[in-house]
Amino acid sequence: MSSEPEVSWEIARSKPASFYSTYERKDELQHATHYCPGCGHGIIHKMLAQAIDDLGIQDRTVLISPVGCSVFAYYYFDVGNVQAAHGRAPAVATAVKRSRPGSVVIAYQGDGDLSAIGSAEILHAANRGEALTVIFVNNAIYSMTGGQMAPTTLMGQTSTTSPQGRGAHEGYPLHVSELLATLEAPVYIERVGLGDNKQIAQAARAVRRALDNQVRGLGFSLVEILSPCPTIWKMTPVEAQHWVRDVMEGTFPLGVLRDRTQSAQSDAVPAPPPLLSAVPRILGIAKTGLPAEPSAVGAAPDLNLQVRMAGFGGQGVLLIGEVLAEAGLDAGLEVSWLPSYGPEMRSGTSNCHVRLARELIDSPLVAHPDVLVAMNEPSVRKFCAMVRAGGWILYNGETLPEDCDWKDVHVLARPFTRIAKDLGDARAANMVMLGALLEIAGNLPRTSIESALGRLVRNPRWLALDEAALASGRKLMREACAEANHAS
Amino acid sequence: MTTVHHRDAGQLRVDTNECKGCGLCIEACPPKVIRLEESLNPYGYRTATYMGAGCTGCGICFLVCPEPGAITVLRARRPGPAAASGPQVRP
Repeated sequence: MSSEPEVSWEIARSKPASFYSTYERKDELQHATHYCPGCGHGIIHKMLAQAIDDLGIQDRTVLISPVGCSVFAYYYFDVGNVQAAHGRAPAVATAVKRSRPGSVVIAYQGDGDLSAIGSAEILHAANRGEALTVIFVNNAIYSMTGGQMAPTTLMGQTSTTSPQGRGAHEGYPLHVSELLATLEAPVYIERVGLGDNKQIAQAARAVRRALDNQVRGLGFSLVEILSPCPTIWKMTPVEAQHWVRDVMEGTFPLGVLRDRTQSAQSDAVPAPPPLLSAVPRILGIAKTGLPAEPSAVGAAPDLNLQVRMAGFGGQGVLLIGEVLAEAGLDAGLEVSWLPSYGPEMRSGTSNCHVRLARELIDSPLVAHPDVLVAMNEPSVRKFCAMVRAGGWILYNGETLPEDCDWKDVHVLARPFTRIAKDLGDARAANMVMLGALLEIAGNLPRTSIESALGRLVRNPRWLALDEAALASGRKLMREACAEANHAS
Repeated sequence: MTTVHHRDAGQLRVDTNECKGCGLCIEACPPKVIRLEESLNPYGYRTATYMGAGCTGCGICFLVCPEPGAITVLRARRPGPAAASGPQVRP
């Protein structure tokens, strides 16, 4: 650089420090973004990075990248980065902000991402007044995928999916900022454009303000930026810029749609979470007699019980699994209970995986159960081959179906439903089967089982019936074992 | 090498590896002192270049440029009573 001796130069405008010095996306082109010449994203990235610099928040900023052309924002911004599933940036941003309240979270989204697939997420994040900054880049089309019609496409605008121009049958341009401005919670919503120098300067001010609102803990801020896409609009960068000002602005008027920053209350310091010891009282379960010091009383030291329970929906297979797991928990064991069922409330199939162990449980899945509780024929057919050698099949029927593939396992096949009916209600069949199971497995203390049953079955009449059913099941199993010993 | 007019308040540098020749700075520049190069850079773009005189240092080209570091704007710091450490003196 040459200059006359009496003049020295200082840098007035240069690349913001919130950008990486080089971009590692590819081996080549490490100094250039992947955006097309004249793309609005680059301009918006720069004003966002400048605002992060100016506010001194680079170390606590988390940028949520969307799906769209700006998916690669994390290659450029030297801040915390998360890339969200299509449209879900506000949900991800909510999680980040709530788990790290001191962070400054920016959801950066295009119009396809925010106003189409992500319309629910943005609506509810705004309605909850999440203290986020949303940068909504609106170019009225799906650009990354080649120019399909978006919810924001203008009337009459052609796209690959509206080649005749958008008509009423394709719906009308969605005015996201106006929609969100009908909600109570947002504190700041402004629409700006990149149509000329003046508009771009105003856009930079709006972005900075939306970020500053979050730094001050004011609440939900959104800036919608009308942005050119020269490539997909098939224009030169300068023509595209003018189209934003001369055409887009007619459909999407610029201006502040919501400004409650003066009256908004700062909640920069959220309430601390409750103490762990207060949780039972908050959940209303403080009186149910949870033991103060759980201990694995009576359980075998190498206990590792794996059970699969299956039947029709409505037979109570999930409930007996829960009783077993709760009883284990009460006895101080490690437990897991994993239900698996179809959408039907009645008569669909339903099963659950239950594990009880002294040691930590690695996976809640039970591929090879020690005990299979099969409450109907389809279940025993489906699961009998999985039972581990030396294990048990408890089957609700006189005999196992002949074509069942099983070997080296004990079988207790009884008409449990009829037994329960004789006790007073056929619906207690599950508890009879659980009683039989408890007799052979786990060696759980009676008090733990009674306490678990008491917590899960609130109706006193049913509790009495279920206790009788459990006792009946235990007796059944004892007799069956005695018979088997006698025979051998 | 550009020559800088001694009365200019500003000048600009263009990183020819980063500029994609979109021309937005040329459109935006109030004194119209930016043009495209006749030759191509290694990536096939005619990059923007400062004409060498007349820059006011306003920074609008930087604002409208879509590339993070393609343009750097410099402003003149004139010698004066407080030039060593004081505020910048505007010509």
